[in-house]
Amino acid sequence: MKDYLVLRVVSKLLISLMILFGLYVQFHGDFGPGGGFQAGVIIAAAIIFYGIIYGLPAARAVVPSGLVEIMIASGVLIYAGVGVAGLLLGGNYLDYFVLDRDPVAGQHRGIFWVEIGVLITVAGVMLKIFYMFAGRGGDNRDDA
Amino acid sequence: MITPHFPILQVVLPLIAAPVMVLARRGTLAWLLAVAVSWAGLYISLALLAQVADGGVISYAIGNWPPPWGIEYRIDRVNAFLLVLVSLIAAVVVVYSRASIGAEVPREQQYLFYAMYALCLAGLLGIAATGDAFNLFVFLEISSLSTYVLIAMGRDRRALMASYQYLIMGTIGATFYVIGVGLLYLMTGTLNMADMAARLQDVTEVRPVLAALAFITVGVCLKLALFPLHVWLPNAYAYAPSAVTAFLAATATKVSVYVLLRFYFSVFGASAVFAALPMGKILLLLSLAAMFIASAIAIFQADLKRLFAYSSVAQIGYITLGISFDSVTGLTAGIVHLFNHALTKGALFMLLGCIALRLGGVRFDNIRGIARVMPVTSFGIVLGGLSLIGVPATVGFVSKWYLVLAALESGQWWIALAIVLSSLLAVIYVWRFVEAAYFREPDPGIVKLKEAPLEMLVPAWLMIAGCIYFGLDASLTVDGASQAAATLLQGIR
Repeated sequence: MKDYLVLRVVSKLLISLMILFGLYVQFHGDFGPGGGFQAGVIIAAAIIFYGIIYGLPAARAVVPSGLVEIMIASGVLIYAGVGVAGLLLGGNYLDYFVLDRDPVAGQHRGIFWVEIGVLITVAGVMLKIFYMFAGRGGDNRDDA
Repeated sequence: MITPHFPILQVVLPLIAAPVMVLARRGTLAWLLAVAVSWAGLYISLALLAQVADGGVISYAIGNWPPPWGIEYRIDRVNAFLLVLVSLIAAVVVVYSRASIGAEVPREQQYLFYAMYALCLAGLLGIAATGDAFNLFVFLEISSLSTYVLIAMGRDRRALMASYQYLIMGTIGATFYVIGVGLLYLMTGTLNMADMAARLQDVTEVRPVLAALAFITVGVCLKLALFPLHVWLPNAYAYAPSAVTAFLAATATKVSVYVLLRFYFSVFGASAVFAALPMGKILLLLSLAAMFIASAIAIFQADLKRLFAYSSVAQIGYITLGISFDSVTGLTAGIVHLFNHALTKGALFMLLGCIALRLGGVRFDNIRGIARVMPVTSFGIVLGGLSLIGVPATVGFVSKWYLVLAALESGQWWIALAIVLSSLLAVIYVWRFVEAAYFREPDPGIVKLKEAPLEMLVPAWLMIAGCIYFGLDASLTVDGASQAAATLLQGIR
């Protein structure tokens, strides 16, 4: 679909805004609706959108399949790592109170990293699903 | 210093290992890590069992949020026993799996296999360790989703269909469970199981609670493959990779039985389930149906894996039969059979995996005369089969002995007769293997085969040895089971 001028221009405008909005949803999740899951889906949607307009190889060039697999695993690891950090600092598993001298700031810090982990894994899984479905049947046509 | 964190480490070690395996991207490395976390898990579970042996309860508050507000991990003698069972099977199967999976799963997928295996283990251990009804659902999903992947990795393309069928049934089961938990949450305002049990006493509107009981019963019975909700099981077991079948047959359904026990005896209370409702009779009827019908179907299978899968459905019937008596002896029988059947079936499926490694499959037409070239494997299957029948000096006998005791204790001698009669059906299907393996002339293709490698035979025979050891000296298992039964029955009546 990259022959369509309108689509190309609009997509370039939108994709950066989508990623920005995803980051807003991520970091505003403390105060309003949102959080890692929604932000991960939005950011993955921006990449998928890019893939639909410019073709699967172009999307794969931006976010390679190997990176997607690393994302899926490392997000879970970050989440679990926050729990282990709580253990190492003398608290229980996933204890955010001990992550900072101020317990409230500790709670903030804990959920911040947990949500980062969620973002990375969710975005990775979404992209993995898209790549697997879009890559089926070996049709690597650019207009797919 | 680390001991107080054992309840969470039990679950989290394999959970952390899984993404590390994906990042490592190497089958051998992933396998080493799987072995490490499985054996560490076995050590932790034994330490936990020792801690609660005096009847105490370990409560662990995740995130330092005190229960009932936060998620509580609650270890008592019931789930400590189950944690040991799951960890033990996992530790043995993981050693076995390297050669078996090496032959059955493409090389580039092996690290993913071990990651899924670690996730499945984390899920099963999480179900057992948690004291939170919703957290249990989350782990149920973790273990189920990873199980679907593990089954789909089978060599046969029908594995995909079997996995899909299990996905549909398993999702219905998990959904029913969560609907039931939702209703309970509606009536009690809590998700902590101990708190829920205390608050249910004051609930006057019983209709939603009854609906919750019905949903949870059906949902969990789907997962534990109680007849007639077992239809997903034979295909899933038959087409999954051999190591997966051994692991699942020995753990997944057993953990679901635990969920049923936990909800019946620790949340709803035995009197609400068994005295006020005909649940005992329903369970009894379905258990008897499982014991006879599934055993009868097993006799006519052409594939040994399917045969023993149907036999699993029948054996689950014995476990639920023990539960249906609602007595200490009955529960002891049910829980000890949980352990004994896990050992027996785990060993049998591992040995079938040995044959599958050499022969590519375990259909009756192919295994003629296999005992001549694989005597150690075949003899192991015979011993495992004897344990399924319930021959004295095997664990199967111990289970059936206590089941018969429980039946006589409840004054229903005809059930004792049914237990013995259904064992005769097991004689028939085990004999079919003996006949094919020992009394048939081997095909020319078979004569060239060799015995399975030691790294597969030793773990499998370890389980067979367990079947004999715990059959001769049942004090350890029966004590553990009777203590667990006593703990369950101490709960609110």
